[in-house]
Amino acid sequence: MSEPMIRATGLVKRYKDVEALAGLDLAVPEGKVLALLGPNGAGKTTAVRCLTTLLKPDEGTASVAGVDVLAEPAAAKAKIGLSGQYAAVDEHLTAYENLVMIGRLYHLGRQRARARAQELLERFDLTEFAGRPTKTYSGGQRRRLDLAGALVAAPPVIVLDEPTTGLDPRSRQLMWDVIRELVGEGATLLLTTQYLEEADVLADDIVVIDHGRQIAHGTADELKAQTGGQRIEVVLTSTADTETASAILNEVAVGEVQVAAGGRELAAAVGDEAASDLLRVLQGFEREAVKVLDVGLRRPTLDDVFLSLTGHDSSENESTEAVK
Amino acid sequence: MSTMTQAVNDGWVVAQRNLIKIVRVPEILVFVLVSPIMFVLLFAYVFGGAIDTPGVNYREWLIAGIFGQTIVFGATFTGAGLAEDMQKGIIDRFRSLPMSNSAVLVGRTSSDVVYNVLSLIIMALTGLIVGWRIREGFLDALAGFALLLVFGYAISWVMAWVGLMVPSVEVINNASFIVIMPLTFVSNAFVPTKDFNSVLKPVVEWNPVSAVTQASRDLFGNTGVGPGSEAWSLQHPIAYTLIWVVGIIAVFAPLAVRQYRIAASR
Repeated sequence: MSEPMIRATGLVKRYKDVEALAGLDLAVPEGKVLALLGPNGAGKTTAVRCLTTLLKPDEGTASVAGVDVLAEPAAAKAKIGLSGQYAAVDEHLTAYENLVMIGRLYHLGRQRARARAQELLERFDLTEFAGRPTKTYSGGQRRRLDLAGALVAAPPVIVLDEPTTGLDPRSRQLMWDVIRELVGEGATLLLTTQYLEEADVLADDIVVIDHGRQIAHGTADELKAQTGGQRIEVVLTSTADTETASAILNEVAVGEVQVAAGGRELAAAVGDEAASDLLRVLQGFEREAVKVLDVGLRRPTLDDVFLSLTGHDSSENESTEAVK
Repeated sequence: MSTMTQAVNDGWVVAQRNLIKIVRVPEILVFVLVSPIMFVLLFAYVFGGAIDTPGVNYREWLIAGIFGQTIVFGATFTGAGLAEDMQKGIIDRFRSLPMSNSAVLVGRTSSDVVYNVLSLIIMALTGLIVGWRIREGFLDALAGFALLLVFGYAISWVMAWVGLMVPSVEVINNASFIVIMPLTFVSNAFVPTKDFNSVLKPVVEWNPVSAVTQASRDLFGNTGVGPGSEAWSLQHPIAYTLIWVVGIIAVFAPLAVRQYRIAASR
């Protein structure tokens, strides 16, 4: 296998008594998407800053497109397009002016910087407001502009730090479309996210981190498989049937049957024969005249994965945000 | 492209960006221009009668002092601008670009010279209305303005360094007020050196704000019978000012660039 486009080995970064990164390894092959998934304060942003020359790690090495980030920061910067967690655009400049400025600071020359700015505005659907100062933009528009800024020099490696945090669902969907398109064009991408769904949708490979270290690594499917197989979930019409339904589920369940919503919702983990288990349950329900609103076979979500890996769910850890 | 040319080019791009802000946020410009007018009028008419400046009308004598004070205050914009850039995250964008490390600072300190030019023009016009006159040659007067601008540029580097260290724009505005008020009031900007008591007098004499004020006052021909002090600094105010300018830039430009490199935003 050829040298990965992004590689980090044993990254360590300490702040006073806190280890923000405790020996993190990453590798992203060319044209692939790696999601760095973790709650706030897990060390995602620190990792991104180390990889993009903004922060010097205390230990470890990093390279981007074959360039040693620590030894040749300027050369490495030319290979990376970074879009941060907060849209880093000048609020008094228009979208067009922002992009031209960035192009000129990449030393594209005035003409090419202007042409490139126009191109990106069209591509990111920003031409409509391109002449207004960016402080009048919505959060989603600013994020798109920031991402456009990261792409001005058409870098081979794109790093996105929480690209959709704080966006409304529609803006998030738009951002996802843009990211997918970039990957389709062959970009190598590292993205951090605290949304498990986002990693699931966008990434080829997921590294789950917590407290600055990797706690799991694999594709979304592999990670889901780690938490066990599929589940049968049932929603009853009436709680009168709870006990009967629970007994029927218990015949096929691996472990305990979970009961929620005051007895209306039941769930049971099942083994490898999930389909025939489901059939047996349905036959049981028919036999005992259990009325249901919904019955289905579900795979665990990445949220379930996260919970089982870290022992806390993905929204906890807010208080350690400052450690980033 | 050589490193030097690149730094100048990058600096120019950043300066252009800062200058666009002058047009887009006229409130800033109003503030830059209104406060010096206010100072001219307050001092000219409130203290004008109470302060004795031998051989010259107080209002005429005062203007160089207002220039000096405003130039020093103007440097706050450099610090506030950088602090704001840090807060808003745009510094992250700059730092992720393969541009010269000093460009953001060179651009910022340079564009702030434009603010100072604008406020000097407004103050000079206000001064002319209240009785200020240029008594020496045109070139001397020009040299006086140039010296003020160069001094302001040097102070900008101090503020750039501070601006990159403080957590927010509010902090730098308050902090600089605490430093700049005594620095400009314990100088010969508003009150002649001879009128200070023996404890403050040496401070006034060696205060660089006194020197830049005295130098431009001389160059405009508004000094009257003399600086009222035998101190070398006030007898050779141009040389003494330039020594400070070189010293400040030599110390604070490298400090500011270093701070920019290591600054973790937010």
